[in-house]
Amino acid sequence: MIFRNETTISLRTEKEAKTWFKTMLFWSFSIFFYSIVISGRILALIVEIKINKEKFMREVFPMPERQQINKSKKRVDARAKVTGKAKFGADLKFHNMLYGKVVRSNYPHARIKSINTDEAEAHPEVAVVMTAEDIPHNLFGVIIENQQVLAEDRVLYIGDGVAMLAADSREAAREAAELIEVEYEELPGVFGVEEARRPDAPVVMPGEENNQVIHHPLRKGDVEQGMAQADVVLERQYTTQFVEHAYLEPEAVTVIPEERNTLVTVYGSVQNPNATRDALATVLDCDLSNVRIIQDNMGGSFGGKDENISSMACRAALMALQTGRPVQLVNTREESIIESYKRHPYTMKYRIGARENGELVAMEIEAAADSGAYACQTPFVTWRSVVQATGPYEVPHVKTDTYGFYTNSPYTGAMRGYGSPPVIFAQESMMDELAWELGISPEEIRRKNMFANNSRTASNQKLDNHEVSLAEVMDKALEAIDYQEKYRRYSQPQPGDIKRGIGFAISYRGVSLGAEAIDAAGAIVSVQKDGSIIVYSGLAENGQGLKTIFSQIAAEELGVSLDRITHMETDTSISPESGSTVASRSTLMGGSAVKNAAENIKTVIKEFVAEEYDYQGEIVYRDDALFTSEGSKLVDFPELAASAFHSGVFLSSYGWYKAPGISWDEETGQGRPYFTYVYGCQAAEVEVDTGTGEVRVLNMAAAHDVGKAINPANVRGQIYGGTVMALGHALMEDLGFSEGYIRHTNFDEYLIPTIKDAPDNVEAIIVENPDPAGPYGAKSIGEPAMELGGAAINNALSQATGRRLRDLPLNLERVLLGRNLSREG
Amino acid sequence: MSKVKVAFTLNDQEISLLVQPGERLLDTIRDRLNLTGTKEGCGVGECGACTVMLDGQAVNSCLVLTAQVDGREVRTVEGLGGEEEVDKLQQAFIDHQAVQCGFCTPGMLMSARALLNDTSSPTREDIKTALDGNLCRCTGYKQIVEAVEAAAEAEGAD
Ligand code: FES
Ligand code: FES
Repeated sequence: MIFRNETTISLRTEKEAKTWFKTMLFWSFSIFFYSIVISGRILALIVEIKINKEKFMREVFPMPERQQINKSKKRVDARAKVTGKAKFGADLKFHNMLYGKVVRSNYPHARIKSINTDEAEAHPEVAVVMTAEDIPHNLFGVIIENQQVLAEDRVLYIGDGVAMLAADSREAAREAAELIEVEYEELPGVFGVEEARRPDAPVVMPGEENNQVIHHPLRKGDVEQGMAQADVVLERQYTTQFVEHAYLEPEAVTVIPEERNTLVTVYGSVQNPNATRDALATVLDCDLSNVRIIQDNMGGSFGGKDENISSMACRAALMALQTGRPVQLVNTREESIIESYKRHPYTMKYRIGARENGELVAMEIEAAADSGAYACQTPFVTWRSVVQATGPYEVPHVKTDTYGFYTNSPYTGAMRGYGSPPVIFAQESMMDELAWELGISPEEIRRKNMFANNSRTASNQKLDNHEVSLAEVMDKALEAIDYQEKYRRYSQPQPGDIKRGIGFAISYRGVSLGAEAIDAAGAIVSVQKDGSIIVYSGLAENGQGLKTIFSQIAAEELGVSLDRITHMETDTSISPESGSTVASRSTLMGGSAVKNAAENIKTVIKEFVAEEYDYQGEIVYRDDALFTSEGSKLVDFPELAASAFHSGVFLSSYGWYKAPGISWDEETGQGRPYFTYVYGCQAAEVEVDTGTGEVRVLNMAAAHDVGKAINPANVRGQIYGGTVMALGHALMEDLGFSEGYIRHTNFDEYLIPTIKDAPDNVEAIIVENPDPAGPYGAKSIGEPAMELGGAAINNALSQATGRRLRDLPLNLERVLLGRNLSREG
Repeated sequence: MSKVKVAFTLNDQEISLLVQPGERLLDTIRDRLNLTGTKEGCGVGECGACTVMLDGQAVNSCLVLTAQVDGREVRTVEGLGGEEEVDKLQQAFIDHQAVQCGFCTPGMLMSARALLNDTSSPTREDIKTALDGNLCRCTGYKQIVEAVEAAAEAEGAD
């Protein structure tokens, strides 16, 4: 109203009105600008004071250094493990427990004509005998549901179960299993991918039209046009073998029927509790909430205690429900090797075109993986191969075709490295062959072609959201092993039988699942009223040190000492479903989830502190207490926990982390398959006795960009373990296959590296370029550490002998006879 | 088959049992006496997970019959440290991150203990020879060797 009056007054004459208007306008703008200047000035002053104050505070009270992160903290489970108190699957005993036993096939492929269980059933200590007939829902599988709990009318591989029983004692179960009579009609089997892909090959999997499990194409540019531009085109074939995980603990599960509101509770060495729960719910035809999986300490897994543990858990559960008694199934080593899935053997054909100066112009790759009797994880394993098959190199024209085929060999699935170790073996061997052909050094050819920031991969993904540190890892590994000097020296003629060589390999590796599946993980952090903290994680400890890393992250965020944290075993009825503990995703995915849970708690604490302690500023969490940003102590952590509890404030939270977006075109293999990558370089120095064929790896150097090492000693442990596992893969591991039969069923014949086979020295070099996607910048190390050794050793061996081998393992015979010389392309 | 009576010392305690003549020491320890720290990884004497000390020597308990230990002294991982304390070797395994999955650990510790009881300052080669029968799939052995070296040094300093 007042405004209107004024307006009325001001409109006495038009002129007056104009003048008034101009004056008002002038003053309004002046005031407006002035206030902006003033407020800007005030703001500037405030900022200045604040900045100065922060600077001042920083100098006087330096930001506490991180107390947990990037520190070689002792493993939280070490004490229980060195005292023998840590319980593993086979250490459990339950009242009234039965011991299970499985009768397996006698043939790689046969029709089951009859099964006679009468005598076994009559055994006084036997409580139950079952065959596929007793199992209404007999199929399970993570990707394709075609794995049989027990074989129905055909056994598809030598490890297929045919019948099972449970008895009061292990001896009785063993005895009774011998009494089961199975009559088979042997069928011709399909062995090896070459046979499996022939149009007239018998079809392994019932209901399928042919033996192909999967085909992943990738097309970039025009490969023929690329080859036409090349000065040199090389064509080579490489093969790799079946590899046993050889976790030292054979698989073990115990199933308790109808315990605590569940249909079944399962304890055991379960790598992926949620996958095992899925399998049980399918086979038992019940809700997920009726199945509870509680993980025990895992005596190693390396990808291996997934489907075959699910299968064992299903078998034990069926017998437990049938008898109403707990049933335990523990494999002997022989049973483990016969039944468990292996690493996929690959046959890889590489055709590669380069200019005279070493520049790559085209690559054509066909990689075929032997899936064995079941699909298991073949579609995903081979998918990883697609992305890594061309190596960390810029190639304008690429055509790759990656396949998986069913055969009557043991089924194959996840093993540390997944689809990468075979293709890296081929690809990085090939780079050396190309360098030789062009007369340039292995180092030069890689430097000329390898990724740098903003490079584009074969999938046409631009590497622009993290540091592409190939040059750095390569420089560091080569320097650590004194590569240049040794390469020069070993290139000279070496008299006598004993010869040395040095070689290396580099890789890039997509972190976490990529376009395989939804990628998210969760955790629970729960502060108790005495300030102790319980952590539950949906991802599982497999022996790699996950509990330690997650405890460090929770302790770092809340500023408490590590011994306040108790990290529980994964329990599917409590822990948020987080997908599988695979793909070197734990630290990044699960670690971020733990961090998120702790941050949620800190948000609640901040409100509580504002109210209770009248402090609104930033809280610093350290030394088991809360401090103001000026450094004065607000309250000890246990006291805070108690007072929050007594004020009805809830200091527990779920944490969740969903991976950044990705994309993938199945038809062309183009897109953004992973949200970030890690880079590694491993070099090996070998000595070979050309008289006997014996190869010794003298030294290895391994440089890996892990983003940020949460626990450097753990990272080194992963590197040492990974390189030695790769050494086994490269030089000795061999299941002694012949037409679907496994001859090497225990460690007397299936040789894995002993302490004396390990290199004299492995130099582990941690490179840190923090990644925006990971907690504190951390990425991964478990698998990268294993994927390079085979190629590095092969390259070193080739330098020593002057001969190129292309088939793993590089055992005595091959080294001595160079059998595949005839394949020289 | 008639059972045999066996009396032996296990982790400083007198034990007396009736066992089947064919019973493995490993099973007696794990199943009958409930000491599950000793592990079974292969059952054929190749992996060392079942290593215990028999009269101070490291042996694979999967290859020893319980009847054979009559009157002798057996020590398992549970008998290494005190009730509350761990011994220097166990502590060194903790400090040097020599433990990953931990399944090989009890056997490793027993082989290493037997070595350190015999040799106060073993060379790296001595250590490798003593642990050559103990497989580990996780660690690549390096931190295990470092731990044994550190323990030897710490015990030598006493
Ligand atoms: S279980 Fe005895 S040596 Fe392997
Ligand atoms: S720590 Fe796993 S086998 Fe040695």
